[in-house]
Amino acid sequence: MAVGVRTQDLRKVYQSSPPLGAAGGFIARGDAKGGKQPKAEVPALNGLSLEVFPGEIFGLLGPNGAGKSTTVGVLTTRVRPTSGQAWIGGHDVWKEQAQVKRLIGVVPQRPNLDFSLTAREILVFHAAYFGIASKVRNDRADALLEKFKLTERAHQMTRGFSGGMMQRLSIARAMMHDPEVLFLDEPSAGLDPQTRILLWEIIREYHQAGKTVLLTTHNMEEADALCQRLAIIDHGHGIALGTPAELKASIPGGYLLRLRFGNQSADLLQRLQALAGVREVRSLDSAAKGTAESSAQNATKSEQNHAGVDVYADRGGSLIPEIANLAAQTGAELSDVHISEPSLENLFLHHTGRSLRD
Amino acid sequence: MNWKTFGAMLARDAHVARRNAIQLFLQTFLQPLLFVFVFGRVMVGSGYMPAMYKSLLLPGIIAISMVFTGIWAVAMPLISEFQFTREIEDRLLAPIGVRWIAIEKVIAGMLQALVAGLIVIPMAWLVLRPGVDISMHAPLTFVAVIVLVATFSACGGLALGCSINQQHIGLMFGMVITPMIFFGCTYYPWSALKTFPILQKVVLINPLVYASEGMRATLVPQSPHLSIIAVLVALLFFDALLLLVGLRQFEKKAVS
Repeated sequence: MAVGVRTQDLRKVYQSSPPLGAAGGFIARGDAKGGKQPKAEVPALNGLSLEVFPGEIFGLLGPNGAGKSTTVGVLTTRVRPTSGQAWIGGHDVWKEQAQVKRLIGVVPQRPNLDFSLTAREILVFHAAYFGIASKVRNDRADALLEKFKLTERAHQMTRGFSGGMMQRLSIARAMMHDPEVLFLDEPSAGLDPQTRILLWEIIREYHQAGKTVLLTTHNMEEADALCQRLAIIDHGHGIALGTPAELKASIPGGYLLRLRFGNQSADLLQRLQALAGVREVRSLDSAAKGTAESSAQNATKSEQNHAGVDVYADRGGSLIPEIANLAAQTGAELSDVHISEPSLENLFLHHTGRSLRD
Repeated sequence: MNWKTFGAMLARDAHVARRNAIQLFLQTFLQPLLFVFVFGRVMVGSGYMPAMYKSLLLPGIIAISMVFTGIWAVAMPLISEFQFTREIEDRLLAPIGVRWIAIEKVIAGMLQALVAGLIVIPMAWLVLRPGVDISMHAPLTFVAVIVLVATFSACGGLALGCSINQQHIGLMFGMVITPMIFFGCTYYPWSALKTFPILQKVVLINPLVYASEGMRATLVPQSPHLSIIAVLVALLFFDALLLLVGLRQFEKKAVS
């Protein structure tokens, strides 16, 4: 019976700087000076409500610091929410921790393998913590080592393992007790393309066995390839939710043309808007007022007397000659053009005025 | 409470301790045995120390070995597992309450401290012999003392390990461990401080004093020592205090 995940109006305010973003992996830094200094409140989650259906692969997409890891931390009992509730299946995560921990497997952003044990012992002891019988856990450890191509290193200590090997072993460990819900925080960060594909296959296979998978990523390709539904989050709350196709279809037009002009006039913007196929025109100066970083970037741009315009349209390259003509007519010098096809990146840009990679 | 999980975590700690047995052995016993040799054999043998010093020294050496084995066994792994490597996380995600993980660490530390005590007694006796006069006149009291000392060491390790940052390990030795040893009545009985009346009162806040004096009271009752009742009450008090502080600090570290 597949198990779903739900959060209701989740808020988290850290009293000191938030822990390094590793989910499952939340260790507050011992802050010896905390008492003397005024405590800085850092909001990480700001009323996040989510529902992950039983048996789906769900992605949390957002830039660094958006609150993805904190969400995973709360759902895996490692972060105490300031307010709001979270459930795994029917269990309240905060009140029924032991039951919740039986249902979940967690792959942290940064490997946290037990350095005192060999690779195989890590798997076997992990299963023992979950009360799995000796024969079953030994067989399962061997099978997972084989599947993750770690059999040759089974009896070595993990301290000398490469990042990719540690990541594979972390995933194998999370699967040892056959959890109903698998959390993966930035699973493919730092993996080579070959290992990434192996990882994707393994996630899909696990999902086909009827399990629920929740992963966080800031990699659009991964979200697109793997997730059945996605929530895009920024500044601790959800800004869009749907299947990758739905989300992409929600961008006006689909195509995004990022233009830069030596100078521009209001007239130019109006005339761009009037071109056939153009759905929306945004001057970057107005679109990006929301974030301090972007304003700073804009200040730099205007100092250089450059102006950026984002054009959302339902065609791409064929608009360029018309735009170039318009620019010539209005005396604006077109200095840069970038065309992108419908993508989650564009969606994020559309909602927040900044790129996922910022 | 999930006994299977608790047992598996104890098994893990036992496995790791077995793997590191030689290192642990040298780390725990080399220094006390050298101390026993220099002060118990060399100094006594050459006449700088009276022969009865041997019997005063042995209980203190047992206390030091047990206390620092327990503190070391619990505090050092916690400091690194919580901070740099985060290894503890796979146990924090095991299906058991967070407090029980701390209690498991305490039990594992206690067992190691008891083993250290049981090994150091015959070893130190062999080094000191002949002329060391220990007797087991009250075995039950002795068992009570060593169990309370082992608990104190493991709870102290929990409290220290969850309160100290990795970069402050050196400071911990300089500021906590060293004064604790030298003012712990390990190399001399508490009554020897009577010429320093203020210091004699101040050292009573040091739990190692009660560990050493408790060993003295049960192993060499003929030498001067604190009352065994005072020792047992004080050790119980420190056990409870350090356990409460340790659990609180552990929970603070485990959940953000």
